[in-house]
Amino acid sequence: MSQNARPKLEKKIVDAGYLLKEAPRTQQFITGAQAMAEAVKRANVDMAIAYPITPQSEVMHLVGDIYAQGHIKEYYRAEEELGTMSAIAGAARAGVRMFTATSGPGLLRGLEAIASWPGHRIPAVLGVLTRVVNAPLSIQPDNIEIAYLMHCGALVLHAENQQDTFDMTLAAFAIAEKVDVYIPVAVATEGFFVTHAKGYVNTTPEDMALTPIDPTAAPVPAMDNETPPARIQRDAPVQKSNFMSYLIHAVWQQEIWDSNKRSMKYIYEYLGGPIEVQDPEADVFVVASGCAAAQAREAHRYAQEEGLSVGFIKVRSIRPFPVDEIREAVKNAKKLIVPEHNIIGWLCKEVKASIPNSGIVVEGPRVYGGMTLPVELIMAEIYNALGIEHNMKL
Amino acid sequence: MSLKYMTPTEQFKKYLPKDYVELVDYGPFGKSQDEAGVNNIGQFKEVLEEHPMCSGCLMAYFIRVFFAALPNPEDTVTLGTAGCGRLAISQAAVPFIYGNYGDQNAMASGLSRAFRLRFPDKKKDVVTLAGDGGTMDIGFSMTMHSWIRGEKFTTIMLDNEVYGNTGGQESGMSPQGAILKMAPEGKKFEKMPATELAKTAGCVYVVRISPTNIKKTAKSIKRAILVAREVGPTFIHVYTSCNIEYSIPTEEVFKDAKDQEKDRFSFEEYMTDEAREVIERIEGEEKKAKKAKKGARKEEVVS
Repeated sequence: MSQNARPKLEKKIVDAGYLLKEAPRTQQFITGAQAMAEAVKRANVDMAIAYPITPQSEVMHLVGDIYAQGHIKEYYRAEEELGTMSAIAGAARAGVRMFTATSGPGLLRGLEAIASWPGHRIPAVLGVLTRVVNAPLSIQPDNIEIAYLMHCGALVLHAENQQDTFDMTLAAFAIAEKVDVYIPVAVATEGFFVTHAKGYVNTTPEDMALTPIDPTAAPVPAMDNETPPARIQRDAPVQKSNFMSYLIHAVWQQEIWDSNKRSMKYIYEYLGGPIEVQDPEADVFVVASGCAAAQAREAHRYAQEEGLSVGFIKVRSIRPFPVDEIREAVKNAKKLIVPEHNIIGWLCKEVKASIPNSGIVVEGPRVYGGMTLPVELIMAEIYNALGIEHNMKL
Repeated sequence: MSLKYMTPTEQFKKYLPKDYVELVDYGPFGKSQDEAGVNNIGQFKEVLEEHPMCSGCLMAYFIRVFFAALPNPEDTVTLGTAGCGRLAISQAAVPFIYGNYGDQNAMASGLSRAFRLRFPDKKKDVVTLAGDGGTMDIGFSMTMHSWIRGEKFTTIMLDNEVYGNTGGQESGMSPQGAILKMAPEGKKFEKMPATELAKTAGCVYVVRISPTNIKKTAKSIKRAILVAREVGPTFIHVYTSCNIEYSIPTEEVFKDAKDQEKDRFSFEEYMTDEAREVIERIEGEEKKAKKAKKGARKEEVVS
């Protein structure tokens, strides 16, 4: 359809600070997939590219619908995920705001392109609706894919529930496009547990949209032959094997990871910080992210009812990882319990690497392959940590 | 706008590199093909001068012709992938996007759509230039699907029938029987039918050429770009021999290209009716304008 024939919607344009912190909110009872799409609807996205994979497909179906309604200017189904992620990289060079989403094997298939997004300074937002990636293959929730994603240079936010999914997705666009950040932001949450389950989400008005992208406000301006500086200088290619290429690569990647770190102030500004702490004086903490944080929150409530000295830390931001914040929060803790939805314990490794006394970290409990994470599993570790005898039939 | 964005103010000019200033003053930007095209190479500053390609490389020669043939160099973006070609392409004074392996046509799909979104009234030309490996092997799916989707940009395959940059391995475009690395007993299947695939997948203008005739080559490039602006995907399959891996003596490179013209790279030009209409319209207008200009000059002389 030509752009002239597309539906035109009248929206009030507001900045990210107002939209996320001040705009009136209405409560809806919606799925995580809907929450992500509702955020995209309000984010003034220019172009979205879709490719199906369970459990993500629901998100990009809904994004397709909001394209048809006129909230997004361009949308198409690509050939597969490498094609999708590459097309995002191409389109972003023209200075437009981009969104796509994927799951597990799709993320890994697209990872060659995604790993180069930060270096290409692509401020796109990527939804990651997690699922099993390793054999034997399954479509069930397991978040091991975040372990592959977190070393790409992109920001990685991990949503606990439908509300987080909405807020983090909306904030992701604002953070990605900050001139001193300007790298992609991945918003991850667990497939099915969040994407297909309904929860209460306080959403901003539908007729209120984020300020459009400004392609001139970028550390590496759009490649549109319009935005200075003109790219007509003949540069020796970085890809040659010589001293200059090593140096250029090194400083460029240093700048990517510095950009990643610099985003932390915006995570404070728009999302209230990279961690949430309950009961800061406790002896034992349950530290978790994503869906595991919802279960850890429940375990914390059980422990409160039983009068146990247990605190709760939710990690919102996996990249940048809140090393200082976690170190400070657990400086007097005796044990840390890290429940996770994957076999390798990537969060546990990050937590251990953040503190000087990593021996206090309990490795688990972990479930994987799509299993649910019973609160009792976390309680058992809490009792063990506090030296309380228990006889739980799990 | 595009010309304005590269033109420095007089005060700033003296601080810029000489090469940059010369490109603005004597380059092909904003000029017609008659003023700065393949017919008068040597009389203007070309966007590609230096490159690190091998001596006698036909690919380097073709890339030089390609840049001189661009109808709108100041509003063109090229995309490519790993391979010999990008070593020269990236040194031309035209924006070049170097992506991941074989993803040039997927990137160009996103880029050309985004250009039409942001600049609906402007002509922004998008051209992918990749090797036979990048276009037909590792990038096959993304090449084919960009054509199947009808994406409006030009694909050029620099076919040297081998992975030249990685040291001479067999590619899908190598001829059957060729003994190459990773084909120690000779290639066991036929060269891929690239132009047939392009036509089947929906390219509206397809050319196969050994670029021995500069004018003919430039004409094909120009037609491919102009048709892609209005109608749909266009494809040029060009022979750009690897004189190193196929051991073609430097002085024989051009002769080999001429021989190939009678063999695997016989000239082929295909166009749909819609593409033909565009070509006839534009070339007709150009002819008329030229005639009018000639007439005006005659009158000037007479008076």
